[in-house]
Amino acid sequence: MSRIKNLIRSFTLLELLKGMRLTGRRFVSRKSTVQYPEEKTPQSPRFRGLHALRQYPGGEERCIGCKLCEAVCPALAITIDTEEREDGSRRTTRYDIDLFKCVYCGFCEEACPVDAIVETRVYEYAFLERGEQIMTKEMLLEVGRKHEDQIAADRSSKAFGY
Amino acid sequence: MSENLIQLFINDREVYASRGAMLIEVADQYDIRIPRFCYHKKLSVAANCRMCMVEVEKVPKALPACATPVAEGMKVYTHSPAALDAQKSTMEFLLINHPLDCPVCDQGGECELQDTAMGYGKDISRYTERKRVVADKDLGPLVSTDMTRCIHCTRCVRFGSEIAGIRELGATGRSEFMEIGTFVERSLSSELSGNVIDVCPVGALNAKPSRMQARSWEMLQMPGVAPHDGVGSNVYLHVLRDRVVRVVPRENDTLNETWISDRDRFSYEGVHTPDRAMLPLVRSDRKWHDSDWPDSLARVARHIGQYPAEQVGVLAAPHATLEELYLLQKLFRGLGVHNIDHRVRQTDFADQASMPLFPYLGQTIESFEHNDAVFLVGCDIRFEQPMIAHRMRKATARGCQVAALNPRELDFLFTSQVNWNLAPQNWLRALAEIAKCLPGDTLRQLPPALQELVELVSTSTFAQYIFDLLKQAGAASILMGAMSEAHPQASVLRAMGNFIASHVDANFGMLPQAGNSAGAWMSGVLPHRLPAGVPGPDPGLDAAGMLARPRKVFVLFNLEPEFDFASAPAALHAMHEAECVVVFSSYITDSMKEYADVILPVATFAETEGTYVNAEGRWQTVERAVAAPGQARPAWRVLRVLANNLGLEGFSYRSCEQVLEEIRKQFSQETRFQSSQYALGEVNLQPGAGGVYRVSDTPVYAVDNVVRRAASLQQTLLARPPHIAMCEQQARELGVLGERTVQVVQAGREMALELQLDEALPMECVWIQKSAHDMDTLGDAIAPVKIQGFAHD
Repeated sequence: MSRIKNLIRSFTLLELLKGMRLTGRRFVSRKSTVQYPEEKTPQSPRFRGLHALRQYPGGEERCIGCKLCEAVCPALAITIDTEEREDGSRRTTRYDIDLFKCVYCGFCEEACPVDAIVETRVYEYAFLERGEQIMTKEMLLEVGRKHEDQIAADRSSKAFGY
Repeated sequence: MSENLIQLFINDREVYASRGAMLIEVADQYDIRIPRFCYHKKLSVAANCRMCMVEVEKVPKALPACATPVAEGMKVYTHSPAALDAQKSTMEFLLINHPLDCPVCDQGGECELQDTAMGYGKDISRYTERKRVVADKDLGPLVSTDMTRCIHCTRCVRFGSEIAGIRELGATGRSEFMEIGTFVERSLSSELSGNVIDVCPVGALNAKPSRMQARSWEMLQMPGVAPHDGVGSNVYLHVLRDRVVRVVPRENDTLNETWISDRDRFSYEGVHTPDRAMLPLVRSDRKWHDSDWPDSLARVARHIGQYPAEQVGVLAAPHATLEELYLLQKLFRGLGVHNIDHRVRQTDFADQASMPLFPYLGQTIESFEHNDAVFLVGCDIRFEQPMIAHRMRKATARGCQVAALNPRELDFLFTSQVNWNLAPQNWLRALAEIAKCLPGDTLRQLPPALQELVELVSTSTFAQYIFDLLKQAGAASILMGAMSEAHPQASVLRAMGNFIASHVDANFGMLPQAGNSAGAWMSGVLPHRLPAGVPGPDPGLDAAGMLARPRKVFVLFNLEPEFDFASAPAALHAMHEAECVVVFSSYITDSMKEYADVILPVATFAETEGTYVNAEGRWQTVERAVAAPGQARPAWRVLRVLANNLGLEGFSYRSCEQVLEEIRKQFSQETRFQSSQYALGEVNLQPGAGGVYRVSDTPVYAVDNVVRRAASLQQTLLARPPHIAMCEQQARELGVLGERTVQVVQAGREMALELQLDEALPMECVWIQKSAHDMDTLGDAIAPVKIQGFAHD
């Protein structure tokens, strides 16, 4: 009995037509593929990309060198050295993030008491030389300066609970 | 059950306590946690923080556990709703004015307030009024202040008056306006001032040298032993990425309790300095070249092999580890060298054969608390051995009398102290005067020469007082300090001191000055003794002898001729005279580059494993805390390889423990280990020259090469610039009164020094202050000098 059923199924090309029905449906439906890099997928304001160190509008760096991000980092990607600056405030002399170690979990951002270390929407970066993956304090501050408007806007958005 | 024990209940648990104990002590014994800020087990009870409130049955209100004595059948609840309510309310009040700066506070992570707030604080403050702000005080180079964080527990105030003996911090004002500070703006001068950092429960007082350098959770805590005095205080070295960031006390009730001296706390700064020796250096063709270990060690072996053994002199630092010292003497004894010594600050060696196994304290450090009378001879106990001074301070608080024979009025901050200030040439006479109080037939046990001396003197009031003091006291001690060790007739002082002690039933003790002086004696870094005190076959030259008759080859082990020797010019001269100088050193100095031929970089105390023997003969072995920088290596490894290069047998150690094991074995066979008694033997009775004597001590922050490089210690008030001091009458007699600088001549060497008048000094005696950076170009620390003014133009 089943042999006859199979025979009919084969000769009527039923399976093929089933497949073609899906193809046909997809052919006319809305596409989800984006043409990267001309097109890009939408991002959440909480997107966790490249790190940045933020500054206050006057240019004073936010980071106070409390090392909570270093402590919370599960991948041990952050290395910080601190000292007392001339004005008596606690500042970092070194703030390195090893992007090879980083798992982009965003814990550093959550641990920061002054919203200094943040993860931006930037995700398009590559390293051509060994050692380039270490983001130094200056590099992080530069990322922060460049994207401050976006960072600030994101952080005041509803996605952050404000 | 003993009658003194009473039964009570804490949280319905049956506990036992001795009568008169406070509730908080009992709770601590049973690991029942009561929050507290002002209570500290080593300080008096102040009961002013009100955090340790507990509920006691049948008492209407909560009581402070630190100030409530236990009673029979008492029922205490530490976590009942009433107790918790009281504790939480106190916490809320304490947090009213406390700033929210935990992320930048060095105390963050190890803060008692932070920890307690986690358990007893509210999530959100109800306080919306203005917070109090207090101006910071400048307490000097060691302690940083953030007085806004202060919660007025007054632990630091009580520490000053009860432990340090000097009330430098106090509270002014009341309630909201109460402030902790020095009454007049000045820096702390106590040698124990760093302990206020530990007693402060919040971040108000912190260590200035390590300020904002590390957080508490990221450091590794490595146990260590401080090698700067004869106590061997137990410490923890806190290490961040292979750097010592700070040092804190490791509690040991038999040695340093919960305290350490500033010298032990901040000496680590000298470990990480730019002048550390990183590479083996060799000199050829008058130029210095970077080298490596195989080449430099081969060169050392070649150099030493060229000279006969009696032309080699080995001088070792008494703060090196037992293993290093043992291997050093084993290596050179293996080559037939017997000119080996570590007693670099001593000048009189006449009684070396009658010395005990090591300069023994005569008792344990802990038992110093139980003395009823102590007689110090040439000893600035407060700065030489701060932790022993602390024990004596505790003793004086309960009635112990201290008498001190010193070249100047020294204040040990004891509650009771009698000073007998005499020029050093008169010390012998002073001890003879005390001995004269003994009955005549006892005196006949003295060697004839000393008998004569005693017969010549007549007892003074001071001598009689000290004799009576020692005779009548239940437990008495005579202690010989650093200045009596450096005295040109140290052997006679020791002999007389020991004689008096044995006949008035007092303990006779010597204070080994460096962290391992005792270990150096035990391991045979001596010309006349092998390890474990076995007499050597062929006594070599002692430290002074080697310098007086310069050898052709010198081996310097972590010593700096300019600062570590009794006579700096003599030491430096001998080094320059030598044909070959091999230096094992942690540091490179300019002067070293002038006299040395090979410089081998070795580890400091923080970078090597090893054993230290303290004044009471306690062996303490520690691991290394950090790695030595560059090519520097622990010296025991260097010595092992060097011995193998020289083809010596018995140097196939694979670990430091094997070396220690070998040393221990020699002691178990050796019965002389028991002998800690000073035997009356040969003494140096050459009469000293008359006239004015100079006296110097080794400044508290110049005792060894590490401490001398500790930058913060060098900025304290205790690190004084070099000068000459004398009393006004002496200055008038010398015709230099009113001069600004005077010319000092000692054994043909001249030096101009700033003159200060100091009424603390007796006649016939001038004080020459040494420092950690300026070489004393005159010579011996206690010696006759001539002083003249400069002719006015």
